[in-house]
Amino acid sequence: MLTIADKVFSSRLFTGTGKFSSAEIMENALLASGSELVTVALKRVDLKAAEDDILSRLNYPQFNLLPNTSGVRNAKEAVFAAQMAREALETNWVKLEIHPDPKYLMPDPIETLKATEQLAKLGFIVLPYIHADPVLCKHLEDAGTAAVMPLGSPIGSNKGLKTIDFLEIIISQSNVPVIVDAGIGSPSDAAKAMEIGADAVLVNTAIAVSRDPVKMAEAFKIAVIAGRMAFEAQLGSINSYAVSSSPLTSFLDD
Amino acid sequence: MEITVNHQPYSITGSCSVIQLLTAVLQIPESGIAVAVNQSVVSKSDWSAYHLQPGDQVMLIKATQGG
Repeated sequence: MLTIADKVFSSRLFTGTGKFSSAEIMENALLASGSELVTVALKRVDLKAAEDDILSRLNYPQFNLLPNTSGVRNAKEAVFAAQMAREALETNWVKLEIHPDPKYLMPDPIETLKATEQLAKLGFIVLPYIHADPVLCKHLEDAGTAAVMPLGSPIGSNKGLKTIDFLEIIISQSNVPVIVDAGIGSPSDAAKAMEIGADAVLVNTAIAVSRDPVKMAEAFKIAVIAGRMAFEAQLGSINSYAVSSSPLTSFLDD
Repeated sequence: MEITVNHQPYSITGSCSVIQLLTAVLQIPESGIAVAVNQSVVSKSDWSAYHLQPGDQVMLIKATQGG
């Protein structure tokens, strides 16, 4: 079982709530995913228009909310956003994301490290979204991070695990859970991440923008379970030459 | 007094606490939102005691869809 801070998760598939075509589809997809950690963003209350209340769609005992800091540009704004999230959602968990550049949404490592230090001191459970940088991961551990969330490829790109060699280094030396976040485009990407030993994956776009998000959510659920089972069972070694799977029975004469 | 809420101007007569702003002036549900005044978080436990001053900039946020 996966444990982050003091919380135990039976599902290793974390999910986002963005980009779904309707609140009902979102709710049904999240339920089908089996996810127990669900991200939400923050926005200003629109005082002129009636708004759909996302929280009413997430009101299930298995869903733990993970507010993100998307939209902030530096550590100072991130700490403020986390404090607002804690007030609004009554959780001290936060997905720290600081990505000021809108084209690639690359996470700012310096501001992220600063914010992690400050938020950990303020009692937050910090899950920072970062590039797949093994050195940064070690600094984040020292800063008191609860987990690390390295990207597979840019947010929403569906490009899969472009950073796989560095994810493997991070996983091999991490003392905190490693959650592969961003870019996972298919269940096979998620399975691959789990096979190499990721503790969990976070998937949003690939589920939300598929033709049938509810079915895709279930496909991801199964893939994550399969990938984790394969990791635990330990994959066989890769060889350069064929290794016969059948015995040499010598049933024909020379 | 004049204040702004999420950048919109509001004119309020008399004293007004944060909780009065939410329930009487704006008439929005209190659950699932956070309040900051002049970029400082005002905790729920302080909503009754915190009285707004002329020129205050109030920010209200809530959860929305996101990854």
